[in-house]
Amino acid sequence: MRKKLLAAAAAVLLAGSLSASAADKLKVGFIYLGPVGDFGWTYQHEVARQALAKEFGDTIETTYLENVSEGPDAERSIEQLVRAGNKLIFTTSFGYMDPTLKVAKKYPNVHFEHATGFKHDKNMGIYNGRFYEGRYIQGVIAGKMSKAGVLGYIGSFPIPEVIMGINATILGAQSVNPNIKVKIIWANTWFDPGKEADAAKALLDQGADVIMQHTDSPAAMQIASERGKLAFGQDSDMIKFGPKSQLTSIIDNWAPYYISRVKAELAGKWETDNDWDGLKAKMVVMAPYTNMPDDVKKLAMDTEAAIVAGKLYPFKCPIVDQDGKTVDCKGGDHLDDGQVLGMNFYVKGIDDKMPGK
Amino acid sequence: MELLDPKFLESVILSILAASTPLLIAATGELVTERSGVLNLGVEGMMIVGAACGFGGAWLTGSILVGAIFGIVAGVLMSLIFALMTLGLAVNQVATGLALTILGLGISGLIGAGFIGERIALAPHLYIPGLTDIPFAGRILFGEDAFVYLSLALLIGVWWFLYRTRAGLVLRAAGDNHVSAHALGYPVLRIRLYAVMFGGACAGLAGAYLPLAYTPFFIPAMTAGRGWIALALVVFASWRPGRLIIGAYLFGAVTILQLHVQALGLGIPSQFMSSLPYLATIIVLVLISRARTGGSTAPAALGTVFVPDR
Amino acid sequence: MQLVLEKRAERSNAIAVVSPLIAIGMTIVTMVILFAILGKNPALALWVYFIDPLTDSYSLQEIAVKATPLVMIAIGLSLCYLANVWNIGAEGQFLIGAVAGSWLAVKTNGTDAGPWVLPVMLLLGAAAGALYALIPAICKVKFGASEILTSLMLVYVADLFLDYLVRGPWRDPNGFNFPTTAEFDPVATVPVLFEGGRLHWGAIIALVVVAAAAILLSRMIKGFEIRVVGAAPRAARFGGFNSNQLILLTFAISGALAGLAGIIEVAGPVGHLQPGFSPGYGFTAIIVAFLGRLNPVGILIAGLFLALTFIGGEQAQIAMKIPLDVTKVFQGILLFYVLACDSLILYRIRLVSTSRQVPSGTA
Repeated sequence: MRKKLLAAAAAVLLAGSLSASAADKLKVGFIYLGPVGDFGWTYQHEVARQALAKEFGDTIETTYLENVSEGPDAERSIEQLVRAGNKLIFTTSFGYMDPTLKVAKKYPNVHFEHATGFKHDKNMGIYNGRFYEGRYIQGVIAGKMSKAGVLGYIGSFPIPEVIMGINATILGAQSVNPNIKVKIIWANTWFDPGKEADAAKALLDQGADVIMQHTDSPAAMQIASERGKLAFGQDSDMIKFGPKSQLTSIIDNWAPYYISRVKAELAGKWETDNDWDGLKAKMVVMAPYTNMPDDVKKLAMDTEAAIVAGKLYPFKCPIVDQDGKTVDCKGGDHLDDGQVLGMNFYVKGIDDKMPGK
Repeated sequence: MELLDPKFLESVILSILAASTPLLIAATGELVTERSGVLNLGVEGMMIVGAACGFGGAWLTGSILVGAIFGIVAGVLMSLIFALMTLGLAVNQVATGLALTILGLGISGLIGAGFIGERIALAPHLYIPGLTDIPFAGRILFGEDAFVYLSLALLIGVWWFLYRTRAGLVLRAAGDNHVSAHALGYPVLRIRLYAVMFGGACAGLAGAYLPLAYTPFFIPAMTAGRGWIALALVVFASWRPGRLIIGAYLFGAVTILQLHVQALGLGIPSQFMSSLPYLATIIVLVLISRARTGGSTAPAALGTVFVPDR
Repeated sequence: MQLVLEKRAERSNAIAVVSPLIAIGMTIVTMVILFAILGKNPALALWVYFIDPLTDSYSLQEIAVKATPLVMIAIGLSLCYLANVWNIGAEGQFLIGAVAGSWLAVKTNGTDAGPWVLPVMLLLGAAAGALYALIPAICKVKFGASEILTSLMLVYVADLFLDYLVRGPWRDPNGFNFPTTAEFDPVATVPVLFEGGRLHWGAIIALVVVAAAAILLSRMIKGFEIRVVGAAPRAARFGGFNSNQLILLTFAISGALAGLAGIIEVAGPVGHLQPGFSPGYGFTAIIVAFLGRLNPVGILIAGLFLALTFIGGEQAQIAMKIPLDVTKVFQGILLFYVLACDSLILYRIRLVSTSRQVPSGTA
């Protein structure tokens, strides 16, 4: 009775714009961690969702739930999307992993895609971006552009995704300046503009002259811009917050992946997968290289091309951790995916102690 | 980079001043409200609505001043809801304040939804050639934005009002013993209304400071608990303006310094550092309450309902 | 002419019965206006918010699941508020209870421990919550420090402590370094009541708590003392009631209930400990306590009603793209109206002519 009611509600509301009845469309649902206006992580998923709507027009109908906290509410929200008729559901944060799995087990005919996690199932695929490839390029640029030889890094939480970002950055920077140093501040939040701004100020005060972040707001870019220093954006192109400061930005480009998954679903060919794509598949896109001399720009573009061509691996062996031990190389000439996914050490050259060890 | 390098110290002090200013403004307003005998826990709600409206005003007109005025008006309107409930209908102040906070968070999200992703130009800083260029003290004393100077002027004005004017004396009387004040013919409810409105204006201004002078965009819930810290500051200050400014800058300092300690790589868990401002509040609350015999020196009628009998 | 508030000679029982209905009615009218301003069909929105979630068993179960921690915490809070002490830190006590109970779950994880694990976890949760709540209580009793602010500050401390534990010592070794403990073993999980739903034994415990509170407040001396200390402190002193002891007691009970709710939530619907598992239950419970007018049965109804609005709000997001902020606005407005209408129980509003006001002192 309830499903009919919701369908009726949808029909009443969308009466003007529907050209096919509600039952013919593929319904695709999204669960967002933050508000779509965060101009960061969630915003980029939303941008991709809108691209989906544009690409597929009337053959699909998309819905999203924003500000879904990662606790018990998540399970209910996911299930509500299922009960509202969504057949393909994207859950866009690590903390949704277990709730997605629970709901997936309950509804074997619905397909789920979970971002940045590691548990999966027959009807639950996982996907993630090799953002660390972009971090390596940023490190190369930073190594060249930093006059003081000190980078400032605003971390969110000491999870592998962030650690691998820091390591990739340093490895990239070390390739042009072996003596590069980094100062790290853990904001303990993904998103708090005031705190991010304060962290940027502290890093700059302490002598860093290039700022990078793994938090989601443009606050740090703004501060760098105010102080005439350089910075990298995160998640989206933040150039408008730092027209003379932004060197580049790692842009989460989910649209191609989402489009391909919806295509598969529409064709009835969706299968669970473990997608970890990077620059090559354009899941990770670099914002235009700006505010740097031409030779640095060329170096950045060459590095990017090398990574795309598979000739350069950010985590190529030998990798030495900060204790001086050489890390086991399980991927041949570079760390394998498992090692990267579970990364819990700093590479040599980072002086800080890893939190939580 | 040397820790005692004057340029480094100057920069840190500037950061601390900026971080403390919204706390100082909001707490100043709440101090007046509480001195009149009203406990308004809705500071966070009034601040965030002030932030949304302040940003909206500045973005629509391009003027920081208009933004600030929008923020102040928003804060006053929110406080009027509170006044209607607690002064007009004698409703429990704690519950009303909490409801105001929740309402404020919701309303600011709805108002701000249209502005997300936009940016404005930050409030300009003072520049007096010669004075501002003085090394070390120049930017601190003569290079701040208008809000910082306003916050100090506000505090001094409130101090003067409370302790040097008759009206201020009457307000304090209303807060200490509303029954006697009423018997003496003073319009207790009206005094409290003005005090609550002043508190709202300050909270709205403090909230507007965040998008207008701190980070030039609006984000839902960007006040991030500053309203609650402002409430704590009033108690920390024993309801006295002089102590309030010390408390506000102390808090700002703890917030900023914990980041510096991290950047120095000292290896202290960041969660512990993040919790310092809150632990500090508790410790200070206990210490100052202990220092007085027989409890804290709150206005004696704080939080109690007053309905004049006829 | 002006409107003034006058204290009634006696509580108006008629208003006491009718006021929640008036409040709900006024809230609905306000929400209809709000929906219209937002460009959404008001009738449909009201349906999706309030009626639709009641129409199938899944939503009903979810309402109960969401209401369980709210009701438990709110009952505890109501005891404090009746005694006129303001525990604002229930969220912190909720988190600490979850942490304490989870300690045992993490310690016995993977070992073949017996069914004693869960009951002990619940006891640990309640005990830890009680102790954590005693901190602000003791600060108030011994030092006169404001319990509103101390209990509130401790919320942030608890949150950061939880974060530290789950990112460090308690992190799941097989979890790729993500900040979460391992999934709790079945012996450490609160059992579900019906297959396929999420309704669990915590709901039964919540009902028992409601009944116990009702009995305490209406039939037991301690309950009477709590109410008198809050309503008439001087009379309480004359009656020899020890208000300090009552402050400590109410805070301890409130903390215990919040802590118990915390561990039940973690060992039940969530299944492991992770940062941010609480969507602010400790604060929402404050609203529930007031909406329920500090009465156990009222709190049960208010908790279910508020849970309904959460569930309805989520469905409204899906079906009508109504932003989640509207739910917050609704809850704030509802609380305002309930409080306002309730004030009419004790006071009445009268129109009087201003000419009656003669400044005192003139001949």
